[in-house]
Amino acid sequence: MTENGIWNWEHAWEVLPDLLEGLVVTIEATVVGMAIASILGLFIALAMRSPSRWVTIPLRFVVDFIRMTPLLVQLVFVWLLFSTIPTLVVGFTVLGVHYATYMSEVYRAGIEAVPKGQWEAATALNLPKSRTWRAVILPQAVRNTLPGLGNYAISMFKETPFLFAISVVEMYTKAQQYGALTFSYIEPLTLVGLLFLLVSYPTSLLVRRMEIRLA
Amino acid sequence: MSDFLQTLTSRLPSLGDAILVTLELTLGGAVLAMALALLLGFGARTRSLWVRGPSRVFIEFFRGTSLVVQIFWIFYVLPVFGFKMEALAVGIVALGLNFGAYGAEVVRGSVASVPASQWEATIALNMSWFHRVRRVIFPQAWALMIPMLTNLLIQLLKGSALAYYITLHDVNFWTTQLRRATSETVYSFTAGLLVYFVIAYLLTWGMNALEERAKRRLGRGTRPSLRDVVGLRPAVGTAAITGRGTAA
Amino acid sequence: MTSSTSTAQGGVPAIEFKDVVKRFGDNVVLDQLNFSVAKGDRVTLIGPSGSGKTTILRLLMTLEEANGGLILIDGDPYTHEYKGDRWVEIPEKRRRVVRNRVGMVFQQFNLFPNMTVLENIIEAPVNVLGLKKADAVARAEQLLEQVGMSEKRDFKTNQLSGGQQQRVAIARALAMDPEILLLDEVTSALDPEIVADVLGVLREIAETTDITMLLVTHEMQFAREVSNRVLMFDKGQIVEEADPETMFTHPKHERTQEFLKAVLG
Ligand SMILES: Nc1ncnc2c1ncn2[C@@H]1O[C@H](COP(=O)(O)OP(=O)(O)OP(=O)(O)O)[C@@H](O)[C@H]1O
Ligand SMILES: [Mg+2]
Repeated sequence: MTENGIWNWEHAWEVLPDLLEGLVVTIEATVVGMAIASILGLFIALAMRSPSRWVTIPLRFVVDFIRMTPLLVQLVFVWLLFSTIPTLVVGFTVLGVHYATYMSEVYRAGIEAVPKGQWEAATALNLPKSRTWRAVILPQAVRNTLPGLGNYAISMFKETPFLFAISVVEMYTKAQQYGALTFSYIEPLTLVGLLFLLVSYPTSLLVRRMEIRLA
Repeated sequence: MSDFLQTLTSRLPSLGDAILVTLELTLGGAVLAMALALLLGFGARTRSLWVRGPSRVFIEFFRGTSLVVQIFWIFYVLPVFGFKMEALAVGIVALGLNFGAYGAEVVRGSVASVPASQWEATIALNMSWFHRVRRVIFPQAWALMIPMLTNLLIQLLKGSALAYYITLHDVNFWTTQLRRATSETVYSFTAGLLVYFVIAYLLTWGMNALEERAKRRLGRGTRPSLRDVVGLRPAVGTAAITGRGTAA
Repeated sequence: MTSSTSTAQGGVPAIEFKDVVKRFGDNVVLDQLNFSVAKGDRVTLIGPSGSGKTTILRLLMTLEEANGGLILIDGDPYTHEYKGDRWVEIPEKRRRVVRNRVGMVFQQFNLFPNMTVLENIIEAPVNVLGLKKADAVARAEQLLEQVGMSEKRDFKTNQLSGGQQQRVAIARALAMDPEILLLDEVTSALDPEIVADVLGVLREIAETTDITMLLVTHEMQFAREVSNRVLMFDKGQIVEEADPETMFTHPKHERTQEFLKAVLG
């Protein structure tokens, strides 16, 4: 490109430290969000096995409602609703709850994939129900869910930029701020995209290998 | 509350327009995504490295770089190169590219799980490649891919809410306007989210009908769902919505 | 190198293998195989498991690619040819011209589940051979009659039993009017009591047509009735060939004797 070309390396170098700072927040959001999603998702999956329809039907509706409506709108909604809670907490929690609805399906499938013989063996050994769950079923189910967890972690990582809508300064917001300040969007936005690729592609290769190993 | 209802009623016509924008984005994006998914999905399967290589790069690139970044890149940066598009077109193109890449993996995976013996039978009957795919392979792969495409479609609808941030007056925009006018956060957002939910529900319903038909064509599908196998996007039970249990 | 030439009337053979080599990785399955099949011959391939019988049929259907040598159909190069000294692949377009003369029935039937019985049969005649639909349907109905499947015309394929599916698959292959029909253990996926039905259908085809047949089967009685030549394979080589009577009653080669003893008990 020519001297006064479109791409400006100076801008690129200038914004990069900011972006890396943002990347830290992005990764934090993913880690905290997935932690919430993993735990809450498990509880949802277990509650969905309740024999009472008074539990399962309302829960099913809430889960589907969260799952089938935009995360972006949910973020803004909760943020406006609880304006006293720190933004970061709101952002991480909404991400976590949204993904908990996905994770609950992963757990459900994982639990269902545990062979029936395992239940029968536990019954034959006269293990109490809680022991059966903790010692026999869940360890196997969790193993089944690892690839799903990995895939959703990558997916969440790429959705953290939604946090810009509630002005959590993660990587994308950093880029946006720099763009607004200098009227130069090309370097920050391109770099953000490449940084996402740089993290998510190798991670997805790892998850794929894990899938093959566990299969 | 009654104030809210009054304002809501007065804003129903603009809700119609907003839904239209959201649907244009969703369906436009879906059509573009499906076309790309077929192209790239089959491209990623060919023997020729000249086709397979670029297909794979395209797929990984658009899966890896985040929809948010893509939509704003096309909106803010692409005009610098002289490609200025209307906001609606930006939204459709961004959604189409992103979900086309995800869809390509669905197409590739589903086509790969049609038994090799079906390809062999088409060769033994001396069919051309296009004929094989159109009449034998795709109809079987199609039944496998619909549940996963349904998930992607719902994700696409949800992603379309970004359109508000590139100046479009979609359902997300309508929701924030309603809240601004009424100062009723809970009511406004519940109304907005309900609109999204109903659209998602109807789309799921339509896709389930398509799946039902595709399975009937195969004489009642008995094959396992691929959802978990390809596991790229929410492998969530759309089945629950209709109360119809399918193997996930 | 084994050489085997048809004993039947002169003229160009329907099938000719010239120094055909096929490897899977390091596993050399066919090492410069030569043999030919005259027009109208009914040839049965026998031999122990893994000797390469299926591989030969799959090469003829272009489901596998040879690593060397030539396969000729009616004297026409089919999958590869020599351009000067260079051994080159023949492009798909030209292969399709020759492939129209070859049909195959599979062990696992491989019917198309997205089509009815009738649609399975007319699909290729209409779209590959360019027959008028009405003509294709008439011919399909005649074939269904022949294989005893007329009532199932409009059924989906997974509503049929294995034996019924195989009879439809035979009709589907015949609807292409092949000069050469390849049959690879077409009864071995079937329940014993259905095998006779399918063999009956094949016997009738052998009696009423002059299609060149190349078949792999473990049904020695059937091979004896239908074929006029038997080739005994071992390790990708023809170790013995004879008419069925001689082969089954007075096998010469030691390997053949062992094999037949094992199969016939
Ligand atoms: N797709 C393949 N990949 C690797 N090796 C193969 C493949 N197909 C066949 N082989 C090998 O080629 C050899 C010949 O196989 P082929 O199927 O032709 O034997 P066959 O005579 O038909 O045996 P059978 O009587 O068991 O059907 C075997 O050693 C087999 O392992
Ligand atoms: Mg075999």
